[in-house]
Amino acid sequence: MTKKNKQSESISRRRLLTTVSAGAALAASPFRVNLLQAQEAAIKIGFPVPLTGPYGAEAQDQVRAAQVAVSQFNDGGGLDGRKAELIVRDDKLNPGEAATRTLELVEKEKVSFVVGSLSAAVQLAVNNVTKERGIIFNSISQSDAINEAADFSKYTFHEALNPHLTSGAVGRYAFPKFGKKVAFLTADYAYGHEMVRGFLEVGKAFNIENLGDIRHPLGTTDYSTLLPRLLALKPDILCICNFGRDQQISLKQATDFGVKKTTQIIAPLLTQASRVAAGPQAYDGVIGGSSFYWGLEDKFASTKTFNEAFRKMYDGKLPTDYGALGYGGVRTILAAVKNAGSVDSDKVIAALEALKYDFYKGPQYYRKCDHQSVQSVLVIQSKSKDLRNESDVFEIISTEEPNEAGLRSCEELGHKA
Amino acid sequence: MAGLSFDLIALQLFAGLALGAIYVLFAIGLSLIFGMLTVVNFAHGAFYMVGAYAGIYILMLGGNFWICLIAVPLAVGLFGLAVERILIRPLYGRGIDYPLLLTFGLSYVMVELVRIAFGKTGFPFDTPEVLQGAVNIGVGYFPLYRLFVIGATAAVLLALWLFLEKTSFGLIIRAGARDPQIVRVLGVNVARVWLIVFGIGTAIAAFAGLLAAPLQGVSPEMGGTILAEAFVVTVVGGMGSIGGAVLAGVLVGVVVSMTSLFAPEMAKVSIFALMAVVLIVRPQGFFGRAGLMS
Repeated sequence: MTKKNKQSESISRRRLLTTVSAGAALAASPFRVNLLQAQEAAIKIGFPVPLTGPYGAEAQDQVRAAQVAVSQFNDGGGLDGRKAELIVRDDKLNPGEAATRTLELVEKEKVSFVVGSLSAAVQLAVNNVTKERGIIFNSISQSDAINEAADFSKYTFHEALNPHLTSGAVGRYAFPKFGKKVAFLTADYAYGHEMVRGFLEVGKAFNIENLGDIRHPLGTTDYSTLLPRLLALKPDILCICNFGRDQQISLKQATDFGVKKTTQIIAPLLTQASRVAAGPQAYDGVIGGSSFYWGLEDKFASTKTFNEAFRKMYDGKLPTDYGALGYGGVRTILAAVKNAGSVDSDKVIAALEALKYDFYKGPQYYRKCDHQSVQSVLVIQSKSKDLRNESDVFEIISTEEPNEAGLRSCEELGHKA
Repeated sequence: MAGLSFDLIALQLFAGLALGAIYVLFAIGLSLIFGMLTVVNFAHGAFYMVGAYAGIYILMLGGNFWICLIAVPLAVGLFGLAVERILIRPLYGRGIDYPLLLTFGLSYVMVELVRIAFGKTGFPFDTPEVLQGAVNIGVGYFPLYRLFVIGATAAVLLALWLFLEKTSFGLIIRAGARDPQIVRVLGVNVARVWLIVFGIGTAIAAFAGLLAAPLQGVSPEMGGTILAEAFVVTVVGGMGSIGGAVLAGVLVGVVVSMTSLFAPEMAKVSIFALMAVVLIVRPQGFFGRAGLMS
């Protein structure tokens, strides 16, 4: 016993000596000064996204594209020499995890801004943390709630589309074309619910008939027990309101069950990452909405510039839709920082509100009342033939130009004028 | 929602049986290993996932699905042998929680290694061409591939049954499960028997993962969700009973399917509700031997 005590004492003494001498060496070296300076100088942007889990493919694209925005800012001299730095965290698609990681980013990493999230539910958790601490948060995934007065704060910005806008655009395209009888297969959480609400809202104008809404939990891997029921409803349109791997698996199994023979499948959102991960078979012919497609480069110089920058950084790969959002979310913040000449939240908010930008997909601006980015919505269809390159997976079949009329009004959202 | 017809209910029942076949295939490997070795293999889901990735790898090398059906169980089974020999064997006789913790940790290591080697994103896995499309089974259309999975499950069960009941090696395995001490006294190398059982169990897990790949694609996390369901099947059927796993797997599939028809939101919960009811009435499950866990 005594021997053991002695031993641990000697170890702790040795450890103490090591620590002290290392500390002394660090204090004496010129390196320390640099370290401190770098810490003061970098403009830190926290980036919580679900790197692992069912939305992992999309999240990794967000990170890649966000890095492009950061490196462009730094190459352009930063803010009077101050460089930007992206600090990425895995939120595991879990609101609790996201809140913890965001808190850590704010308190420990001392980030000036937070951009990120890839879930209607998770972004509200992030927003709760940032708004209480006066940190600007630019959300880059779909949500309706984030526009509403109850969740909104002046620190909240929303670069992504929202379900009301997206489902509206897809509905306006599909309902007059394919028929009035509509059935839904929906992921049972905020995103799915908001999308269905959006479709039903726009459907009123077309007198659609809602045959039924079948809900499945997030992360379902087998839809074989839900599909016979959906087929028996004999819909003209099957609207699959889920995302990421859920969408990939449900489309694959719906194809196996022969749904496409009798029914047009639409989805509020089709993402390139999901389409690539699931293959052409599963997505063939499916119609959905999107915020961005690299093919926009034929129309906008900004898209071409963004595509080139991305290609250069990632061995000729093209950016995806959610990737573009990561880019847009960071790029707008850094542009506002430059315009404001400061990282002070209030000054950057004013600069963001004043921003009229065309960074990657044509003209955009943040609406004053809810900080929603007013932007175009693309309606796209997945194709399986005549693919020019590995990213050539969709065709833009219709575009809704930027228009506040597609959004819910400020009064509807509970904002006072 | 209107439109409940006899055909729909029949088709739904059939969908439940098909889903049950997948549960059975996944659970028998788990049940076999537990019944013979009393090892609760938490890495079973990881072996399932590795099976799917092994399939992807073979396809990348230019193989086809039919080669995968043979090569994947063999390759992953060999890997299972190595795991048993190096990691599990030193833990026999130390209580049930030692191998449980080891395999739990091993599953994390395997998932991370696959993420490093193949990326986090996952891969598409096309249904082999001859098995694509849906066929009319009398009450409606059903995907041909799912019928194939039912057939494959039946084939595996039959082969396993013949092996365990009709071969002398099967006799040794069954005896080893009952009383390893006596079997050892009779001069049988029990360690070798356990090694092979573990290999067979992991080979079946990999086979299940490969068969699941055309249904849902391949991703590093694919073993996680099904592991919980497989444990329910094993517990309801009785830990270690293969016959129990078959009955319970089919039952769970049908319960999920029928709940999906009337209350799809409850489908996932229904599995656990079923388990709770069975455990209240029969704590050891359908065919479980009482006291195996203690």
